[in-house]
Amino acid sequence: MKSYVIGQASEIEEKRARVVRILDTEIAIFKLTGGELRAIENLCPHKNGKLSEGLVCDHHVYCPLHDWKINLNDGMVQAPDEGCVKSYHVEVEESTDNIILHVETMEPTRAS
Amino acid sequence: MKKKLVLIGNGMAGINTLEQLLKLAPEKYDITVLGSEPHPNYNRILLSSVLAGDASVQDIVINDLDWYRDNGITLHTSQTVTRINTELRTVTTNKGLSVSYDDLIIATGSLPFMLPLPGADKEGVIAFRNIEDCEIMMDAAKQYKHAVVIGGGLLGLEAARSLLNLDMGVSVVHNSKYLMDRQLDEIASNMLRSELESQGMNFLMEQNTDSILGDERVTGVRFKDGSEVKADLVVMAVGIRPNVGLAKESGIEVNSGIVVNDYLETGTPHIYAVGECAEHEGVVYGLVAPLFEQGGELAKRLAGIPSPGYKGSVVSTKLKVSGVNVFSAGQFLDQPGTRSFRIQDDFDHVYKKIVVQDGKLIGTVLFGDTSDGSKLFSMIRTGQDISGQEKELVLGSQGTAKPQSGIQFVAAMSNDEIVCGCNGVSKGDIQRAIEEKGCTNVNDVKYCTKATGSCGGCKPLVEDLLTYVLGSDGVTEVKEGICGCTPLGREAVVEAIRSMKLTTSKEVMHVLDWKNPEGCSKCRPAVNYYLGMIWPVEHEDEKESRFVNERNHGNIQKDGTYSVIPRIHGGVTTAKDLKRIADVAVKFNVETVKITGAQRIGLYGIQKEDLPKVWEELDMTSGFAYGKSLRAVKTCVGSTWCRFGTQDSMSMGIELEKRLERISTPAKTKVAVSGCPRNCAEATIKDLGVVAIDGGWEIYVGGNGGTDVRAAELLVKLKSEAEVIEWTLAYFQLYRENANYNERTSKWIERVGLEFIKRALASQEERRALQQRYEFSAGLTSDPWTEIIEQERLNKNYEPLQPIRM
Ligand SMILES: Cc1cc2nc3c(=O)[nH]c(=O)nc-3n(C[C@H](O)[C@H](O)[C@H](O)COP(=O)(O)OP(=O)(O)OC[C@H]3O[C@@H](n4cnc5c(N)ncnc54)[C@H](O)[C@@H]3O)c2cc1C
Ligand code: SF4
Ligand code: FES
Repeated sequence: MKSYVIGQASEIEEKRARVVRILDTEIAIFKLTGGELRAIENLCPHKNGKLSEGLVCDHHVYCPLHDWKINLNDGMVQAPDEGCVKSYHVEVEESTDNIILHVETMEPTRAS
Repeated sequence: MKKKLVLIGNGMAGINTLEQLLKLAPEKYDITVLGSEPHPNYNRILLSSVLAGDASVQDIVINDLDWYRDNGITLHTSQTVTRINTELRTVTTNKGLSVSYDDLIIATGSLPFMLPLPGADKEGVIAFRNIEDCEIMMDAAKQYKHAVVIGGGLLGLEAARSLLNLDMGVSVVHNSKYLMDRQLDEIASNMLRSELESQGMNFLMEQNTDSILGDERVTGVRFKDGSEVKADLVVMAVGIRPNVGLAKESGIEVNSGIVVNDYLETGTPHIYAVGECAEHEGVVYGLVAPLFEQGGELAKRLAGIPSPGYKGSVVSTKLKVSGVNVFSAGQFLDQPGTRSFRIQDDFDHVYKKIVVQDGKLIGTVLFGDTSDGSKLFSMIRTGQDISGQEKELVLGSQGTAKPQSGIQFVAAMSNDEIVCGCNGVSKGDIQRAIEEKGCTNVNDVKYCTKATGSCGGCKPLVEDLLTYVLGSDGVTEVKEGICGCTPLGREAVVEAIRSMKLTTSKEVMHVLDWKNPEGCSKCRPAVNYYLGMIWPVEHEDEKESRFVNERNHGNIQKDGTYSVIPRIHGGVTTAKDLKRIADVAVKFNVETVKITGAQRIGLYGIQKEDLPKVWEELDMTSGFAYGKSLRAVKTCVGSTWCRFGTQDSMSMGIELEKRLERISTPAKTKVAVSGCPRNCAEATIKDLGVVAIDGGWEIYVGGNGGTDVRAAELLVKLKSEAEVIEWTLAYFQLYRENANYNERTSKWIERVGLEFIKRALASQEERRALQQRYEFSAGLTSDPWTEIIEQERLNKNYEPLQPIRM
């Protein structure tokens, strides 16, 4: 497990997301109402929609392509659809406002 | 000459009397109202909602200043009447205003009872009676943490619940063993207490307050047994007493309240009293339902309509605290000569009790399931014989055998019997709304009459009334909600936004009790649209509620890249612009350049982070070309080039596109203009199509060329270009104001009918008004591309964060 500072929390607006790329993987960092962050892979299990562009409602995001609903806490796709998105641990360091993302070491395998 | 009527007290009972009087005899009086409070007439019952943050002060106004003006009533706020001269028939206020009357109504309400404790005058010790009290509490909650509410009755518990909502720690002090002991029996009271404890309320029972501690501001409360509790805010809710000082000093007969007879007449000629300050047959009422009944009687008296007079009221109580259903009515305690029937279900926390005397229902207490409350209450009031039905009545809706059906029941109610106590709506009012205003479900009734609007206890009765008047086939399902987050349909949401002046999605979802606090992908864009349409100035567009295409001003494609389509007004461009588009396409490696189905040029395969650069270099407008707004105006070459053309379709198309672009519409819209009836621009499958004819134009509406092909219908034939613009803008505004979000014009027209649209646009005055509203909103839009290019802050949303290298 490694931790990276990927930017500052103030760079993300509430109910919006920004993307960070690690090798071939895109991770979407969401800011929920109230300022908490969540991180999931930016790839909808349905047809690869960019979840970072979806509507954020409390701790869920709706995929912009076909409206699948995904729980940002655990990456689970909500019924009636099924599936799951990889989720990551992300936190904000209060004193510096730095966003810290924890990821396992990744291999450059997947083509995006 | 009209007689002069003066009302002292701008509160619920007094103004209700005037409302009813205006219906009966609008021309009889010149009316003047004098009130101590600085506000117009508001719904005191809903103060706890204001305190809880569920409504604003504006939201609870019943009659705004326009109402007084429209009804010719002179209103003096912040004026306290200090003297009534019963000889000269004048009243005088603390500010020296003097008004003479022919008839006078005293409706001064009551004063909160403040325990005369040492220290009760300290800062932070207040009652809960009016808007000012609410504001003090809300301010206190921002700074302080510990609240103590003295009094575990209805008012105290509502205040306590609201203070919890404001994030204060709340202790309720009560002098007896049981909460709401005047409304509940022991069992219900204990159930209530444990429910409220689970919500976080702390109770100090059987405590008598000794004194209030602190220097300037309160710091704590001490009890007779010597114990103390910390407090930075103390709310006294131990009762009220009729506000009779003024009447007494003016020589009007007063007992505990101002004594009135069945016609609300006091002992002094030409002076009436109504509301909490009045005492009828030895009883003073402290709830609105009986006060409105009194108001109705007084209105008849003043209007000169004979009536048998007021005969007293049976009261019912419902606690307006979320998560707790409590109802009680009539004489609910066991006494010699009464029998009671009860069930108690500790699994589901349900308790029901009815009290019967001489075969008649005289009282009830319900906890947990209060759905039968209003029905039982009505049975109590009508005093019918219920012998043999006791079991069914207690088991209520779960019971097997049906007692008298709800329908028979409402049929037997008299017309002026109040159904909705909170808002004083009678059976007759509701029946009229159903028969005359075409209400077909509870929501409609709520928006026409306010019934069911406050505590909701009367909903079952309203449902039965609907069935009674319309038959079960005539009652419509409450219109399906705009999404799973709310049962409310578009009409209700739009009406609430207008009437309560809600200006953010958050407010809408909060006030209307959305199931998901932040909504879902269906309602968020819809609510944002409605807000923007209704309050173009006040509402700040919520980017986070817009679908990606509208947020990023490009169309997202299946691989996550975007297409950019610069606007080509009317499909007419220049060589220079074409060249620039080509240059940009080369520079950004655009994969596909495509002439779209609507005479536009699309650049496909652009990365999100390149969008701002692409726009900057294109330097053309386009924003909104992919959203729920005007896509394009397609034109033929018309009289400029075509040998058949009778009119200049190109310039008409360019003009229309410029007028129609940018502004949001419920769904995407497409327009076309053809230069003659050959209709090469295919104007008859567009949302609005203009076709030139000899000496004029035809406008077609409601066409669609997509999945559900539909030919447009002829709306009107016109002579001049100016008229075409006027009709077009008015039509689009009508669509904006009237259609459901996401409803294409073709579906909208099928739903409302072409006749509706023709009628709405028939008068020029109406058209101009619509056009003006359209242009006003359109005038507030700007090109988002320019904005984003200029603003670093917005620009950064298009860029990814720094990539990580491993
Ligand atoms: C927080 C709260 C919650 C409540 N909840 C419920 C409920 O759920 N159900 C229910 O039925 N009832 C409820 N009530 C009670 C209900 O609000 C009252 O019964 C009702 O408002 C009484 O109407 P009124 O016109 O007699 O008095 P008010 O509405 O109090 O009006 C009296 C007005 O007269 C003015 N006034 C007094 N003296 C003078 C003077 N000398 N000159 C000029 N103006 C004067 C006062 O400022 C006041 O505005 C609640 C009350 C409160 C405070
Ligand atoms: S619609 Fe009429 S004017 Fe326009 S191109 Fe066709 S034939 Fe010519
Ligand atoms: S790709 Fe996400 S819903 Fe289809």
